[in-house]
Amino acid sequence: MTTTTLAVLVPLLPFLGAAAGLLLGRTAPGYVRPLAVLPTLTSLVLAVLVAVDQGGDQAVNAATELTPTGSVPIELALHIDGFAALVAVLVGLVASCVQIYSTGYLRDDPRYPSYAALVSLFTSAMLLVVYSGDLIVLLVGWEIMGICSYFLVGHYWETPEARAASLKAFLVTKLGDVPFLIGLFALATDAGSFRITKILGTVASGGLDHPTLIALLLLAGVAGKSAQFPLHTWLPDAMAGPTPVSALIHAATMVAAGVYFVARLLPVFEASQAAMVVLAAMAAVTMIGSGLAALAQDDIKRVLAYSTIGQLGYMTGALAVGDRGAAVFHLLSHGAFKALLFLAAGVIIHAAGTNSLAGMSRMRNLRDRVPDAYWTMSVALLALAAIPPFSGFFSKESVLGAAEHVSTGHTEHAPGAAGWIVLVAALLTALLTAAYATRLWLLAFRGHGIEAPDHGRQPLTMTVVLWVLAVPSLAFGGFAYGTLPDWFDGRDLAPTLTTSVLGTGVALVGGIVTYAAWRHTTALAVRVPLGAVAAHPEGDAGLVEAEAIASHAPAYGDVASAPDPADPGRLLLGPLHRHAAVGFHLDAVYGALFVRPVQAGASLVRFLDREVVDTYVRGAGALPRWLGIAVRRAQTGNVQTYVSALLAGTVVLAVAAVLVATGA
Amino acid sequence: MHLAYPAVLSALLFCTGLYGVLARRNAILVLMSVELMLNAVNLNLVAFDVWLSRAAEETLHSGQALTLFTIAIAAAEIGIGLAIVLSVYRNRGTSDIDKLRDTAEGHESDTPDSEAPVDEKADEKAEATA
Repeated sequence: MTTTTLAVLVPLLPFLGAAAGLLLGRTAPGYVRPLAVLPTLTSLVLAVLVAVDQGGDQAVNAATELTPTGSVPIELALHIDGFAALVAVLVGLVASCVQIYSTGYLRDDPRYPSYAALVSLFTSAMLLVVYSGDLIVLLVGWEIMGICSYFLVGHYWETPEARAASLKAFLVTKLGDVPFLIGLFALATDAGSFRITKILGTVASGGLDHPTLIALLLLAGVAGKSAQFPLHTWLPDAMAGPTPVSALIHAATMVAAGVYFVARLLPVFEASQAAMVVLAAMAAVTMIGSGLAALAQDDIKRVLAYSTIGQLGYMTGALAVGDRGAAVFHLLSHGAFKALLFLAAGVIIHAAGTNSLAGMSRMRNLRDRVPDAYWTMSVALLALAAIPPFSGFFSKESVLGAAEHVSTGHTEHAPGAAGWIVLVAALLTALLTAAYATRLWLLAFRGHGIEAPDHGRQPLTMTVVLWVLAVPSLAFGGFAYGTLPDWFDGRDLAPTLTTSVLGTGVALVGGIVTYAAWRHTTALAVRVPLGAVAAHPEGDAGLVEAEAIASHAPAYGDVASAPDPADPGRLLLGPLHRHAAVGFHLDAVYGALFVRPVQAGASLVRFLDREVVDTYVRGAGALPRWLGIAVRRAQTGNVQTYVSALLAGTVVLAVAAVLVATGA
Repeated sequence: MHLAYPAVLSALLFCTGLYGVLARRNAILVLMSVELMLNAVNLNLVAFDVWLSRAAEETLHSGQALTLFTIAIAAAEIGIGLAIVLSVYRNRGTSDIDKLRDTAEGHESDTPDSEAPVDEKADEKAEATA
């Protein structure tokens, strides 16, 4: 088979698996698990083959036009360069792990068939986005991912949190998608084609008429999808979905689609200096804000969600300084270790019966209950905090190196201001990242108090994938930074001495300060008992998690934070903690800016409809009604009256007929 | 026999039946009056058929055939009618038409103000027929 055929099969197989899963889910439940796992695994193998075939050489391009569609043609096109080939392997790997993990995690869930089919559909859509060489085909995958995310976040739709979160995720991402669509049309109008290769050719020859406008419109969609400030608010709430969904969609792949899109079209953004500075500022605000917010969260998954936002900020930062190699490098390593973090968090929530870090910090020996999750999560957290030699270190250093390169005056692609913004924000975020990673680890695994509940061993399917993902988290960065430039633009990704020392230094400082704060506050934990565990500890992990999410607000007063004086984050953030716990009141701002005006408008429309329009309608009905009442009085119920009236009418008609006939 | 005799007889029968239908209060008597009216029509049909066939070359006697048809229908109709009256009597304890006013406007009326006048009118009617 040629590379093109293989590449077409990669997104097609999970799609067929999803269709078959949706059709057979009820009639043949025995086939659901193979149908979920096998197509995804096969497409992982095929994606690896495609990557080997492509080998980082000349990009593979293939296109076919199904039908003429008017002025700007839409083609089914593939554009596989080194970026696409490697990202597809990551997507296939994470999706396979998540599908295998889900068979254990949701083993008793009655809605597992539709869940697995939606995950397959999502995988297929993401692979379509990765391989597509035509922006409209890319948009199709982009929107399918959005709707899959909506369904999967709302998987536990019995809980109000999940219902609200799924709607919020959908609406906020759509808010970005509308300008995105307009931006795509503007770009295609300027370039005369939706094909990525032709657009890049147009940009290279300087044929783009409105680069700033187009770049900013596209950035809105990217901010929505990749959860960048100010459209990031949906991502922490999306943690109301099942943990495997969070791992696949809201950490490793879908949220990376925005970054990947910018990486593909980076020359378009580079054509506008203003767009690059906006991108840098967006990345900086996102990174620092999410780092502070992550320190204040109590729900273990919300910590990871804010961490995801921050790491995506690193990627957009790398793009803002014009180094898409560094961005995609970080995307790959982050995809592996963040998926691992989420999957391990799912195991921990199942074992502890709660998703609250405050609750976990009051349990002894939780790490002995889940040794696999303990060890793999430690690896992933070290990778997240960018401690050498874990993979996160190399990818983060490549971002820092790129920013430093630009800030020292090598500004061929990006403005120097962007370099400084990204460099300073990234170093500050490295400190915060290490701090919240340490806090999470200490609170989850170094708790004191009652013995952690014993639920027996975790299912094998859930622990094996943790080790599978631990391998790239541990070693990917070190092995890849030398070879990756051949796949990407050829720019060096090796860590430089200055940024390595600086980055590792601030990360160590963050970790040590958090440890000291934890030592200082941990004595308080005994005095303030907190904690609530799920009501059905013997149920499958999905049920335990749904109960944990639903009981967090009643038990701790808020879905995001807990009144825990033993929390080192509270000591470190000081007066900021209150604001950081609620995401710096951005939800309240959106409530005041958008939700309340819309609600006021809705009540105005309701008033107009009820009181004004309905008055006319009722008035129009009044006259016939009164006529009807008058006529109804003849209806006495006495048959003889009716017959009398009939007779009288007949006589009158007969007389009239006779009179007419005689001509009188 | 001259056509006038059966015609006058049939008119008298019809008027008697009509009076019965309009004025009687017992449902069985009303049904009997209906039968009278039907028979008046039958008489007319036969008489005119004979009168017309006298002049015709050949005839199918369709008037008489229709009469037979009407008699069969009338038999079926009176059977059903009497059965209805019987079950109404068993249900209500009466077969007085004036008291069977379930279809009168005002029982499930949506405008309460229209109910009172109807009842008054019905009472007046009841008094008048009594």
